[in-house]
Amino acid sequence: MADPMKIRATTLGDSTEVKVLMSHEMETGQRKDAQGQTIPAWFIQDVIVTLNGRTVLSAQWGTAVSKNPFLSFKFKGGAKGDKIAITWTDNRGDKRTDETVIA
Amino acid sequence: MDEMRRRLVQSGGGMTLLGLLLAAGWLKPEYALAQVQTWNKAAFDTHTLADTMKALGGGDPAQSKDIVFFQTPEIAENGAVVPIGVTSNIPKTESIAILIEKNPNLLAAVFEIPTGTEASISTRVKMAQSSNVYALVKADGKYYVAGKDIKVTLGGCGG
Repeated sequence: MADPMKIRATTLGDSTEVKVLMSHEMETGQRKDAQGQTIPAWFIQDVIVTLNGRTVLSAQWGTAVSKNPFLSFKFKGGAKGDKIAITWTDNRGDKRTDETVIA
Repeated sequence: MDEMRRRLVQSGGGMTLLGLLLAAGWLKPEYALAQVQTWNKAAFDTHTLADTMKALGGGDPAQSKDIVFFQTPEIAENGAVVPIGVTSNIPKTESIAILIEKNPNLLAAVFEIPTGTEASISTRVKMAQSSNVYALVKADGKYYVAGKDIKVTLGGCGG
């Protein structure tokens, strides 16, 4: 199980900014270990961000997204106290969901 | 920060059943992949610019000056962590894809932008070497593209 995400969501005017730092190896499948064996790819494929259950951003990622991925974006219509939930699914089928409230 | 650490300790021992099955080798990774319906495998497996655009449905996108890179360096010292920010000023932007021309697999990420969300995202990507980076934007059913040349001092995909 992966470590929790760090999520920060703040409103400024009518726009809410979400910043996420996920904890994931994001192994490309290109690297080899000391024995020359290819290290299998292991990476986040799907990310969904919801505001009170409504999707505000969804993403599909390949292996080129950096280790411990960072993501930031803005949306309209969020208010202080609204719930932001972020879920990722990796290529092994592992999932993690973390939540925060807009500050 | 304290709360974050506490949650981290709590979750440390957990591992999903699927993860365990995979670790034990009972489940083939292909099966796990099949669980994720939405992931566009065809597009992520492409190796040329034309193929990737085609797999995304882009075909022959129009060059656009309304797609702007922000927080994106001209020269990236570390190819493992290259910040990329893309803003599309094209009305009705539906999705933004980031393509790195000289990576083994071109497609880095696709972001779906629902109504109400600003067509502006920022993330960090790995770059194997200096390359053109493209942002492919789908807006109102049409495709637009903009490119930026990023020099990499130290590649991010090697061993």
